[in-house]
Amino acid sequence: MLLFLARRTALAVLVALTVLTFAFVLTRLAGDLAIVIAGPEARAEDVEAIRRAYGLDRPVVIQFLDWAWRAAMGDFGQSFFYRERVSTLIWERLPITLTLGLVGLAIALVVALPLGILAALRENTWIDRAVGLVAMVGQAMPSFWLGLILMLVLGLQLGWLPISGTGSWQHYVMPGIVLSFSAIPALMRLTRAGMIDAMSSDYIRTARAKGLSRGSIVLKHALRNAAMPVVSITAVQLGFMLGGSIVIETVFALHGIGFLAWESISKNDFPTVQAVVLLFAIIYIVLTLLADVLNAVLDPRLRAS
Amino acid sequence: MSAAPRAALLEVRNLRISFGGLAAVRGADLTVYRGETHCLVGESGCGKSVTALAVMGLLARNGRRKADRLAFDGQDLLRLSESRLSKLRGDRMAMIFQEPMTSLNPAYTVGSQMAEVYRRHRGGTRAEALDRAEDLLAKCRVTSPRLRLGQYPHQLSGGLRQRVMIAMALMCDPELLVADEPTTALDVTVQAQILRLLMDLQRDLGLALMLITHDLGVVARMAHRVSVMYAGEVVESAPAAELFGNPTHPYTRGLLACVPVPGKVRRDQPLGSIPGVVPRIGHGFAGCAFRDRCGQARAECARTVPWRTSGEHGYRCILPPGWAGPASLAA
Amino acid sequence: MRVMRNAGLATGAVIVGAVLFCAVFAELLMPHDPFAQDLTRRLLPPFWMEGADPNHLLGTDQLGRDYLSRLILGARISFLIGIFAVIVSGLIGITIGVIGGFFGGRIDDVVMFVITTRLAIPLILVALAVVSLVGSSLTVVVLTLGLLLWDRFAVVARTTTMQVRTLDYVSAAWAAGCSRAWILGREVLPNILSPLAVVATLEMALAILIEAALSFLGLGVPPPLPSWGLMISEGKEYMFFDPWVIFIPGTALFVLVMGINLLGDGLRDLVGAAEVR
Repeated sequence: MLLFLARRTALAVLVALTVLTFAFVLTRLAGDLAIVIAGPEARAEDVEAIRRAYGLDRPVVIQFLDWAWRAAMGDFGQSFFYRERVSTLIWERLPITLTLGLVGLAIALVVALPLGILAALRENTWIDRAVGLVAMVGQAMPSFWLGLILMLVLGLQLGWLPISGTGSWQHYVMPGIVLSFSAIPALMRLTRAGMIDAMSSDYIRTARAKGLSRGSIVLKHALRNAAMPVVSITAVQLGFMLGGSIVIETVFALHGIGFLAWESISKNDFPTVQAVVLLFAIIYIVLTLLADVLNAVLDPRLRAS
Repeated sequence: MSAAPRAALLEVRNLRISFGGLAAVRGADLTVYRGETHCLVGESGCGKSVTALAVMGLLARNGRRKADRLAFDGQDLLRLSESRLSKLRGDRMAMIFQEPMTSLNPAYTVGSQMAEVYRRHRGGTRAEALDRAEDLLAKCRVTSPRLRLGQYPHQLSGGLRQRVMIAMALMCDPELLVADEPTTALDVTVQAQILRLLMDLQRDLGLALMLITHDLGVVARMAHRVSVMYAGEVVESAPAAELFGNPTHPYTRGLLACVPVPGKVRRDQPLGSIPGVVPRIGHGFAGCAFRDRCGQARAECARTVPWRTSGEHGYRCILPPGWAGPASLAA
Repeated sequence: MRVMRNAGLATGAVIVGAVLFCAVFAELLMPHDPFAQDLTRRLLPPFWMEGADPNHLLGTDQLGRDYLSRLILGARISFLIGIFAVIVSGLIGITIGVIGGFFGGRIDDVVMFVITTRLAIPLILVALAVVSLVGSSLTVVVLTLGLLLWDRFAVVARTTTMQVRTLDYVSAAWAAGCSRAWILGREVLPNILSPLAVVATLEMALAILIEAALSFLGLGVPPPLPSWGLMISEGKEYMFFDPWVIFIPGTALFVLVMGINLLGDGLRDLVGAAEVR
């Protein structure tokens, strides 16, 4: 168990370091950064001044090590566009994105788990097929388009929810619904598959032979065993959802990390782009690591070994 | 075999079970008396396990069950709703299975799975239930039972898991215990221990034990009464001594000839074998299903075959009782 | 059951076939030049609304361009993106996955590490950044998506290769002294193709959706090309008064992706590739 966690953590650190390198290389794709920063009308002296000011005249390896060292310490430098420290920008906006992600995840779980369980218990009936169709629609729905449609229907036509901004909890409902759509199909299918597996297992037959109630059989005995892969996929999906928040935050003008990312990309604000790429990657890595730990807690067989 | 007053605990009349177009059981009759071990024997695929599952109401979803009568202690199980039936299961009738490795839930401790049955049917606190579980584990000859309560199934060997299954089945003092080939998946030495345990428990607790097996040696040691199944039918049923002493159905005789029963088979006598395999039976099949493998088959075997009885001994065959001469075994 | 599945497969095939037909024969089908602006005829409504112009069945956009013609040409863009992104990502992913699954051991550890790292990289964010840095064009979008979307190909190729490798007849080929290349080409690849075909449909659908999202955010296919995502983006400002401007391209996008997924799902049941999700 401890060995497993140690290996898992080592892998996570290695992946994080690789992404760190990737984030640095990514911003060097454009060629000479100084020219990009200075803008198209800049004179040669200005470009030279910028190059010195940002330390771009140093060898690339030194630049990388310097940046990586600072990044590892949580210092991502100064934003070109916002004229503020990148870490400050991120800390201000992180709560919004996390709230959005958690709301989306909560909606996804509330929809996907019961439907997945229901489909499994009614395998091969019209209910099962209807649930499958829901998954398919969710998978095919372009999130930004769904966002716009919801704005028109729930916001404009019915006037139930605010259309954009971050003022109150209501502002998170529509973006949360849209975000949940990306996670629902996978969660639902996995819950269904896991429950079908569990319900046809020998220990469920034992539970029935013990005369346990239907609720106890389904929720206590089957779901507990079906939950392990669902936990893993939930962590992965939350990671993807946060990464996907860039589209939804832009649609709904939620000023979270995703919106920051979009703005900094359009404004060639490299330090911010690097930091956000790294941030999302690290959130994903931590989430999957967490899922592995949680699974080890859930599954006594893993716990022991 | 005691001469105590015999009360039927489980009565099965003309039980029919089908899965899709396949008839798994085609009219089985069975009576299990209180305090008796009733063995159900036959080759794999003859419908023994399905019969047991049907009695417990545990058939898979695509299984269809029909019967003229299916009664437990006079209660009609066919009319019982699933929730009423579940109050009976685990309480007055319990079952253990062939696969101890997978029959316990891997996510919960032995103690919690055992306590759960007791609290479902008898209520009480978790501590009381755990005390009872500890007693029963001890009774099932599990070493350091207190410790086992806190262990997970994967930490136990196959034999231990089956003991846990048995102890769990006994939590509510059932009157009927159905055991579906409880030793098939275990090592030979462990098999003997588990059978010994079942035998002792049956006697000490006065259980009605419905034991499904394909091992005639086990039957000879444990059964008070035996029913032989073939291709979804009970072809012969009799008290154990009568069945071994006077097997009448050609299938039973063939089966006995295949097995060296101690004291019944001479040392130099070659063991028999039955040619062919158990046929798969669709709907609308008539006559004796054994006729293609039977040395005694005639034309009338293709018609409906009568159930003949003499005393407590019954069998389904056109041949008269004693056709092969008493107490002699078919070669 | 079987009938339902086949109905799904048939529906998917019809949808994909119809859109593919539009994409291939766009020049013949478009009633107008999709780039021709007519500022006097802006935002004409589609045929089911009042004031529609029979000349413009689906109306015109904010610059007076014929919406139907743009929609038809948009189908071609979606297919170009979908097909070429799948080719690029398939080549990368299958190579990586087969190598890991076939050789196992240390090599497989490295492959798993590469896949894990790829999954940790935020897809849309990085795609946006790359397109923004390199400059937006159809080729850049295709290459970017191809370089990012190979993870599922790799995962499925790896597991199926592992399964095939341990099959009896492959062991027999080893024992008979066949070369690695021969075994890979003759035994392994043909046997992993059907699950990979299913992955290809799923990835194609995903690539089309992501291209639409990138274009919607202004960092995908550059205007004036009529990418459906870009059409939605351009129509966004007018949607409160004329909701059909986002409704038409969005529905087209949804239906196409749904069709591809239905096709993939039917294919999965047909070839029995349960391991693909």
